[in-house]
Amino acid sequence: MSLTEFSENYAPVDFMLVAQHWPLFLLGLRNTLILLAGPLALSCLFAVPLALIRANRVPIANRIIFAYTYLFRGTPLLVQLYLLYYGAAQFSLIRDTFLWTILREAWWCAFISFTLCSTAYITEILRGAIETVPKGEIEAANACGMSPSTRMRRIILPNAFRRALPAFSNEVIFTLHSTVLASTVTIIDILGAARLFNNKYYLAFDGFIVAALLYMALVYTINRGFKFWEGKWHRHLSRERTT
Amino acid sequence: MDAVVTYSPFVASGIRITVALSLLSLLVAVVLGLLGAWAKLSGSYAARRIAELYTTFIRGVPDLVLMLLLYFGGQMALNRLGAITGLWKHIELDAFTAGVLAIGFIFGSYMTETFRGAALAIPRGQVEAGLATGMSRPTLFRRIIWPQLVRHALPSFTNIWLTLMKATALVSVIGLEDLVYNGYAAGKATRMPFTFMFIVLMTYLAMTAISDLGLRWLDRRYSAHVRAERPA
Repeated sequence: MSLTEFSENYAPVDFMLVAQHWPLFLLGLRNTLILLAGPLALSCLFAVPLALIRANRVPIANRIIFAYTYLFRGTPLLVQLYLLYYGAAQFSLIRDTFLWTILREAWWCAFISFTLCSTAYITEILRGAIETVPKGEIEAANACGMSPSTRMRRIILPNAFRRALPAFSNEVIFTLHSTVLASTVTIIDILGAARLFNNKYYLAFDGFIVAALLYMALVYTINRGFKFWEGKWHRHLSRERTT
Repeated sequence: MDAVVTYSPFVASGIRITVALSLLSLLVAVVLGLLGAWAKLSGSYAARRIAELYTTFIRGVPDLVLMLLLYFGGQMALNRLGAITGLWKHIELDAFTAGVLAIGFIFGSYMTETFRGAALAIPRGQVEAGLATGMSRPTLFRRIIWPQLVRHALPSFTNIWLTLMKATALVSVIGLEDLVYNGYAAGKATRMPFTFMFIVLMTYLAMTAISDLGLRWLDRRYSAHVRAERPA
């Protein structure tokens, strides 16, 4: 019995057929990675100043940013995405301007809504980390005569980043999980590729199994990466423990 | 504005589905979470491994993928199993059941970690003291373990519930007429997609805010004795 024959008739998933379509799944993988890395990188950039404003309780800005994070963390990302993708067309103000060239594209809508949503989450994670920097370290920095900006740069932020790392790694995994929503607005990410594959061959779920395996591999890789990163950043902690 | 009034019963029926789905999946998740935590803390190696596999698997697969897999694949698997064992005939797995099972299954794994952590926070001595005073196992659970389990688990339980409620939006993808699905349909019919999606968004926000308040009240009740100790 040939491998193809076995794959077609006996295997739970027709893996030879999947292998034939590797470019499709590769395209999906590429798009998923772009939708993961792009918004995450931007979110990290935006979250730092926002978290600083929240942690320092800057009078009016703090309220506004809190309203923003509450709104985006309190509602489903799917609805946010739909609001942007389907909702934008309702206003002629948007349809007649250059904004429409962006908001008409599913790709940009996904990119923007993912960025807004993970910025909200990362801001709150970072705010928590900044607020729990030990008082003694801040006092020590003051006693050494550090200016507020030096203190922020050398003491508070490095400490907060380290503290936020475990929660951040969780957030990265959740962001990966939420990139699948892109497939609901016609983007071919991993799940989108799986759906195309299923539709093409009238399969019920074979593509989803492949997608699940690919996502598991990604999560495993991300976990590994963060273990390594934590090992570097938390090295001083593990040394303390051994002595 | 007229369109919103006309379509409000339609949207309201979506809210009913979303709330029912959330509560039922929560029930499934809590049961699975308690079972999972018990397995993880049990002495049996096999039980620990299975629970471990369960939580790792859920962390590795996005919720929508799992839901689609269960909706399209689960039915086939169930029927094949039925045909082999001869225990049941053809089963139709509707979108609602698939949604409840998938969401319950996913959040059960998060509940597992929550309950495990909460159970570990109960001092062993209390269990021993309870047994020493002659409490039966069920009494011990009801009087000593459960109240403390709730208190320790509540903050993380709140988070999971809020995430779960938002995750139910995904069932609209498998065609269940929930809040998102109906909001989308109403927006399409009236050519006012933004208005209706915004209403949907605000409804979710309201549900989040209400749950937040309710669970905070519960938290205060269950940790009243801890708070009373603090000023002293």
